[in-house]
Order: sequence, then structure tokens, then C-alpha cells
Amino acid sequence: MLAKRIVPCLDVMNGQVVKGVQFVNLKVEGEPPELAADYEEQGADEIVFLDITASYEKRDTTLEVVKKTADMISIPLTVGGGIRCITDIQNVLSSGADKVSVNTAAIRAPNLVKESADVFGSQCIVVAIDAKRVYVDSDLTDKTVVDTTKGKCWWEVYVEGGRVPTGIDAMTWAKKVKDLGAGELLPTSMDCDGVQTGYDLELTRTMSQITNLPIIASGGAGNLEHIYEVLTAGDADAALAASIFHRSQYSVGEVKRYLADKGVTMRLV
Amino acid sequence: MAVVNYGVGNLRSIRRGLEKSGAAVKITHNPTDLLRSDAIVLPGVGAFAPAVKNMAPIADIVAEAMKNGKPILGVCLGLQLLFTRSSEGGSVKGLDFISGDIVKLPDTVKTPQMGWNTLNIEQSHPLLEGVKDSCYVYFVHSYYPKPIDSAVVVATTEYGVRFASMIAKKNLLATQFHPEKSSKTGLTMLKNFVRIMKR
Repeated sequence: MLAKRIVPCLDVMNGQVVKGVQFVNLKVEGEPPELAADYEEQGADEIVFLDITASYEKRDTTLEVVKKTADMISIPLTVGGGIRCITDIQNVLSSGADKVSVNTAAIRAPNLVKESADVFGSQCIVVAIDAKRVYVDSDLTDKTVVDTTKGKCWWEVYVEGGRVPTGIDAMTWAKKVKDLGAGELLPTSMDCDGVQTGYDLELTRTMSQITNLPIIASGGAGNLEHIYEVLTAGDADAALAASIFHRSQYSVGEVKRYLADKGVTMRLV
Repeated sequence: MAVVNYGVGNLRSIRRGLEKSGAAVKITHNPTDLLRSDAIVLPGVGAFAPAVKNMAPIADIVAEAMKNGKPILGVCLGLQLLFTRSSEGGSVKGLDFISGDIVKLPDTVKTPQMGWNTLNIEQSHPLLEGVKDSCYVYFVHSYYPKPIDSAVVVATTEYGVRFASMIAKKNLLATQFHPEKSSKTGLTMLKNFVRIMKR
């Protein structure tokens, strides 16, 4: 049976791993290659490496750090941040990444998803979607409005590292990138990111049901129960987390044993 | 050891895995390199039709290597290329070293299958020495192999359907999963492949 995945995320700025609260107040956490190797040893199922400043400051992803990180591990590596064109994708893949995550560039030029899926295969193309709830009083014809426990809302896509709202409905966008050839989706809840109060389960569940693509849930993990919830009620295939692992609040192994004990299919090492 | 370069994707990981296992690796598309090599790896990234096209100039050399008993390892797409045909992108002819089709995973499961799934070992094989039954390996694929001859099936995996996840036909070995991405279990298999080459 296919196991659910636990995916530590390295948010990388200037070659170092950082973590902030709701995309601001960033603090240094460590070196990417060492952290990645340590996570594999603990039982991480894959690693996500996000160059979080690249898109905003128009800086290329630090390919040398990607190479060093890829060389330290024998589990899949996804790299995102600052990917603007096919050449960027080729460079990241030839530096040892298995998948590339695109975000802002896909919104600006959706055909990048199609072109890159055609060349490299859908399995390499992850579309990251930074989404924030917009509460409404009634249904809207052009948005996917969902009845949540906190009221009716839709999710708006943000770009440029969560700085710029687009007015685009995240569910419509998710369906579109699936049709263009995306192989996996990485929704980050901007309402929940970094505050450690749990993932946005309604975001991941709705996106999973609408697209039937593998979903890596991101944003909000604060304790083990949160991860359990998103992999069960949230219908996610993988849970991404940063802070709770970097600060050694829990090891990856502890998280996986907890989930396995609760009946979630896990690869235990 | 020659790792065939189709011109796209990540070949760094498989190279590193093989080198760590004691092989001297050349990533190449050059017929002379393939002829001189002691073993050939067909790596697993990209779509079926373009890969078949890129393979066309060296298909005869790979066929020759197969007849001569040179160890060949196909990984993921590299496995699929060995089959008669694939339904990915219509109906595209493969190298036909193994009779059978490559077909889409059922609609009842999410595609691609992305992640760690278990290997049910159906028969022992030198590539699986030191590998336990029901161990987890890493898969990324939307299509799976259906060999006509069940004797070539070394291991199977369940994902909406029970499919052949590892295949062996004499010196021709192939995995639908990625050993180079399967942590210690995968590295054990790559070490075994290097040992098979050196025999």
C-alpha cells in the first residue's frame, strides 16, 4: 500500500535554512545539506528545498547548494523558488533535483507548466499554490466557495512569496494546472503558515477532491495531531513541515511512529 | 558502467548511487562508450515517445548488449522502454525486448502514483540480495508494465492494481521504482547491480 509521506521543508535564503512566521521575521536554522542528510536518517520520505527569496529579489536558485544537498541524500528532492523558464528547470534537475516546484512563474505564464511537463514529464512538475481564505456571505459564480467550520470562503492565490494577491481562485487554478500537466500540488495555507495551529484541512481536502492529484499539505503544523488530521480528514498524501523539525520539537521518526500507531500507512526506518 | 543520457532530467542521483557502490560511471549517448561498457543503465526520467526517439540511434547496440549477456538495468521509464508498446501518448512502439504493454494506472487511484510503496518479492534474484520482502521503495509513474510472460516478474506492488514492479529476463533487469531514490534499500540494489556487473 502506498504510504503517506512526511516531507521536511528547507526554506533557504542566501544558502541557509530559515523559518519565519507568516512569511516574515525570518531566522537562520542551519545548512541545507546537513539538515537534509539528517532528515533522511530520521526517515524523511522526501525533502523540499524552497529558495524563498528568489522570486521576490529575482535571484537565481543557488544551484551549488542544490547540488551539495542532492549529493547528501538518496531520497527525492524537490526544488522551488525563482523558477522562471524551461532553462531554470533544466538547471535545477541537472543539479540533482527530482522535481521542480513552480509558483509565481506559472501564474504569470501558465504555458510553462505545459511545456515543462511535455519535456521533463509530469512527475517532475509540482505547482505550489500559496492560498489565503476570503470569507464571503454567499456563493459566487466565479469562485469555488466552500462551507467551512468558520463560514463560507474561497481561497485566493498569492504570488511573489506571499506578497501579492492575484484575485485568482485557487481551486480553478489547481484544475487548470492539472490539465496543463502538473504532477503534484503543494498548497500552502497563508492563514496557517508558521503559526503552528494546524493545517487548513478544508483547503487540502477540497483541492484533493477537485483535482485527484497527489497533495503535499503545507503551512500550519504545530504538533503531531495536526499532521494526523491533514493526512486523514484533510485527504493529503504528504505533510510538509519546517519549524517543528528544525527546532527538534519532534524528530521525523517520532512523527512517523505516532502516525503509524494511529493507523496511518507509514514507511518506518 | 554507461548511463544512457536522453538529454533531459536528473541523472546525477543515479550516477552518485552507482559510484557509491563502486562503479566508474559515464553518462553518455555515444555508441562507442556503450559498446565498451561492462553494463548499461537506462535511467527513468521523461515521457515515453521522446525517450524512444532519443534511443533510436543506439537501440541496436543495446539489443546487441542484451544478446551478449551484458547486464542492463532499466529504471522507471527505462523499464517501460524495454516493452513492446506503451499507451502513453496514443500507442507508441518500444524496444520490444520484453513482450507486453505499458498501460495507465486505473482511475480508482490518484495518478501519478507518487511515493513509497511496498515490494512483494515473488522470486529471489541477485539484485534483491539483502532486501527484505515488503520493504518500501520510491515510485513516480502513471503507467505500469503488463508483461505477457509471468516468469519475468520478480516483484509486484499494489496500487489500484497488482502490477509487476521488478522484472528480470536473463541479463536484463528493470524496476518500475527508483532505486537511486529509495534510500538504503535502493542503494543495496545498486550495490548488487554493480556486483552482478563485476562477476
